[in-house]
Amino acid sequence: MEVAAAKAIGAGIAVLALFGVGLAMGNIFSTLISSVARNPASRDIVFPIGILGFALTEAVALFALLVAFLILFT
Amino acid sequence: MAVEGKAIDALGQFELHSALGAVGKSVGFTQSNLYMLISAGLIIAMMVWGMRARAVVPGRMQSLAESAYSFIDDMVLAQIGQEGKRFFPFVFTLFMFILFGNMLGLFPYAFTYTSHITMTFTMALIVFLLITTVAIVLHGKKFLGYFLPEGAPMWLAPLIIPVEIVSYLSRPISLSVRLFANMMAGHVMLKVFATFVVMVGALGTVGPFVAVLPLAINVALIGFEILVAFLQAYVFAILTCIYLHDAVHLH
Repeated sequence: MEVAAAKAIGAGIAVLALFGVGLAMGNIFSTLISSVARNPASRDIVFPIGILGFALTEAVALFALLVAFLILFT
Repeated sequence: MAVEGKAIDALGQFELHSALGAVGKSVGFTQSNLYMLISAGLIIAMMVWGMRARAVVPGRMQSLAESAYSFIDDMVLAQIGQEGKRFFPFVFTLFMFILFGNMLGLFPYAFTYTSHITMTFTMALIVFLLITTVAIVLHGKKFLGYFLPEGAPMWLAPLIIPVEIVSYLSRPISLSVRLFANMMAGHVMLKVFATFVVMVGALGTVGPFVAVLPLAINVALIGFEILVAFLQAYVFAILTCIYLHDAVHLH
């Protein structure tokens, strides 16, 4: 029973990385919005870079999720 | 299947079964291989059928094939430059194969072959071997200079070189785990909410009305997963281009 509880707690701690991911997501999109607001003509250039940053940051969250899964199911 | 003794079985969908009956069983042909063949066939059909008309004003299939072609062509040109033209077939194949795999996996009862780490890691390893071979063939001994950027002070070398080597070697891992984790997490999420629908729906007379909520979430999630499916193929292709740029130009 203690092992199961420790596993659950460990999986919970592993997804604490989402704190940083949340900050990063907000940062990416706030910068994207402000740069488009300053120069609307740059939208076509800036938007794919922003989406790329979103995908790369989301991957960090999924690494954390993967660690949580490894703790829970192995 | 989904609800077994009130527990959520979210990972069962990734199990491999042999396909095509007894013949498939004897050679270890799984449904993952079957979907790989299906997606390869669909890609070839799309390109061949789309390019058959060769009209000046393209029809629907032709503009689909042309826009897929020019999308990757623009990306390769922008990221690698004029020397990148010869890598275009490789990047295009990778992109289409991953895109079709991700999209096919979203159909009900379909299998997502990109949700297996063995498959994505094999692709990432091919990319890694290609960039290393290209860099060594093009630059020879100068390739080793890649691990010590120009203008870096000499006394920092013991610190920079291990960091650069580790970051170079971690490329296939991050490339493969990103794709695999995205697809796996998406399908687990879909399965969990789908199980909620079944569980809540069984709760008396109020159940079916409350079950609409997770169902609505699932509908929204499918839309999100279509975005992710495209985005991950795009990210895989553009990172391949960035790595190839490093290999061709050495920083």
